[in-house]
Amino acid sequence: MIGELTKSERQGALLILLALAVTGLAMAVGGSNDPLGTHGTLVMVVAIVGTFAVITGYYAPEPPESRLDSYYDTPTKFGIVAAMVWAVIAMAVGDWVAWLLAFPEWTFDAAWASFGRLRPVHTSGVIFGFGGNALIATSFYVMQRTSRARLPDQLSPWFVLFGYNLFCVIAATGYLMGVTQSKEYAEPEWYADIWLVIVWVTYFVLYLRTLNRRKEPHIYVSNWYYMAFILVVAMLHIVNNLAVPISWGSAKSYSLFAGVQDAMTEWWYGHNAVAFFLTSGFLGMMYYYMPKRAGRPIYSYRMSIISFWGITFFYMWAGSHHLHYTALPQWVQSLGMTFSVMLLVPSWVSAGNALMTLNGAWHKVRDDAVLRFMMVAAVFYGLSTFEGSFMAIRPVNALSHYTDWTVGHVHAGALGWVAMITFGAIYASVPWLWKRDGMYSAKLVEAHFWLSLAGTIIYVFAMWNSGIIQGLMWRTYNESGTLAYSFVDSLIAMHPYYIARAIGGVFFLLGAIIGFYNIWMTIRTASQAQSQAEPDYSAVGIEIPAVQPGR
Amino acid sequence: MTITHDLLVWFSKSFGLFYLIGLSLIVLAYAYWPANQKPFEHAANAILDDDDKPYRG
Ligand code: HEM
Ligand code: HEM
Repeated sequence: MIGELTKSERQGALLILLALAVTGLAMAVGGSNDPLGTHGTLVMVVAIVGTFAVITGYYAPEPPESRLDSYYDTPTKFGIVAAMVWAVIAMAVGDWVAWLLAFPEWTFDAAWASFGRLRPVHTSGVIFGFGGNALIATSFYVMQRTSRARLPDQLSPWFVLFGYNLFCVIAATGYLMGVTQSKEYAEPEWYADIWLVIVWVTYFVLYLRTLNRRKEPHIYVSNWYYMAFILVVAMLHIVNNLAVPISWGSAKSYSLFAGVQDAMTEWWYGHNAVAFFLTSGFLGMMYYYMPKRAGRPIYSYRMSIISFWGITFFYMWAGSHHLHYTALPQWVQSLGMTFSVMLLVPSWVSAGNALMTLNGAWHKVRDDAVLRFMMVAAVFYGLSTFEGSFMAIRPVNALSHYTDWTVGHVHAGALGWVAMITFGAIYASVPWLWKRDGMYSAKLVEAHFWLSLAGTIIYVFAMWNSGIIQGLMWRTYNESGTLAYSFVDSLIAMHPYYIARAIGGVFFLLGAIIGFYNIWMTIRTASQAQSQAEPDYSAVGIEIPAVQPGR
Repeated sequence: MTITHDLLVWFSKSFGLFYLIGLSLIVLAYAYWPANQKPFEHAANAILDDDDKPYRG
């Protein structure tokens, strides 16, 4: 990997690592009696290991000029593997958390193993670790292909990927030590937040630099979605995390906002994290990989543009639907509700556009589990956005809020849409990237598909039932006008559903583990094949399947 | 000047309304502009092209 960097890039890498080591040292010394110190040590160790790695490869020959004749895909390869590692870890923690809800005594009295600390490890791990790495990796892939331009340099993609994963590790280890600023999906403290800003700005600039070198005059729609994801997440992250640390030697900080303003800022952030992290970027992925895999252009390019702007401008105003019946002024709630209902239009236009693209390729969907992953993702995207628009209506929210219905909605989106489209995109890219005919085992892809689908359906139905029962129990009155059920009654009613959800989670997790194994074996066989010289398929006369473009 | 509740409501009901209508019109005009149809068509089909090499000019 170091061999792919030019001399000056190797020097740049050393400078960055040196600065990082110094920062880590300062954190370790300044925060010696604080979790900040532990993280400082971690940063320093990472920087020193990185420095050694660069020094070891420092005198390797420079990469040849001919590298410019191909896309720079090593970072994408790394990002895909990282995404799968996070997927397995974070979904395992998700399932652990699911079992904890059914059997709360399984914490073996350790602070780090309590529900409150493990839950954010799950949420950050899946969203940022799995989703984020997949988005970064595929965005590098897609922006190069659609611009027909190679990444402008070899150092910044690595800075983005390593820096981003360092952020994810700091976040997850911090939660286990009890470091949190108690804002959902924005739990990491100020120092991690600052680091992410640096990484994220580099990412955005890298994207712009690549687009700037593009050969195609028009910017393909996937790039718009990816760029909206990067730009808006930067904006949200910076505003929501404005805070003052209690001292330079402490991990703890206080937010700039208080009271209902704080709540509104947090849910403006939170909802747009759903919109731009869990939706926009993955739509970008879908608009590239689905047509490519199906071998058909997107059904209506025009609609993909219209729904892009619809999604971008409506989502911005929808955050207040998380704060119905709170101290937030009524009109702000109504505003959020209205925009959420309007959001259904661009959302369904996107889902419909995707499904119409497959129209005429249904035989491929039947035969190809990879395309089926993408098809199911589009269906779940339609489903969860319909559900979301419905739940945003105030009286409906009166029933759904605080219940497992929300969790069901979340995972219809997260498992059915985000994870499925990601698995589809990863399965499509791996053979293209490692130059294989297909995955190591098509049967295992098939198995992964059915495990994912079964897991999602079990999970979502369990939570829908549990959530509606909860909601109804909490609002049932007896003749004397008091509540008919105690809270504990509703807990007992939920117990079987929690077990069902945890079992659904096992299915989904098993699928991810199988996927990881399959990807790993594909890579390994690829490197063996390569060491026996690049095979020339056209000469041997092996037919390359039509669904395998990119060679 | 303090931002009052009434001021915000007024602002969102006036400026906010026209801002969104204006944006929608711009987007629709862009998407349906006849001269844009060719580049759109080209972009939609170009990704299917299997030439997996960057352009070097
Ligand atoms: C093996 C699969 C998974 C299992 C078993 C699982 C389980 C769980 C559990 C038990 C919770 C806590 C619910 C509660 O507090 O009542 C949760 C929350 C959450 N999970 Fe998962 N999860 C899985 C996969 C995913 C994936 C792939 C994503 C995202 C891409 C995701 C995103 C979330 C989010 C955003 C929350 C917070 C929901 C909220 O606060 O309403 N999960 N998950
Ligand atoms: C039109 C699109 C959508 C709308 C209008 C919408 C609306 C909503 C509403 C009303 C809630 C419940 C708020 C509450 O009662 O606290 C919610 C929660 C949530 N939704 Fe959606 N949703 C949409 C799409 C999606 C998608 C595609 C995902 C992707 C995974 C998603 C992820 C989430 C998450 C993670 C939460 C839980 C937030 C929390 O409380 O921690 N939503 N959404």
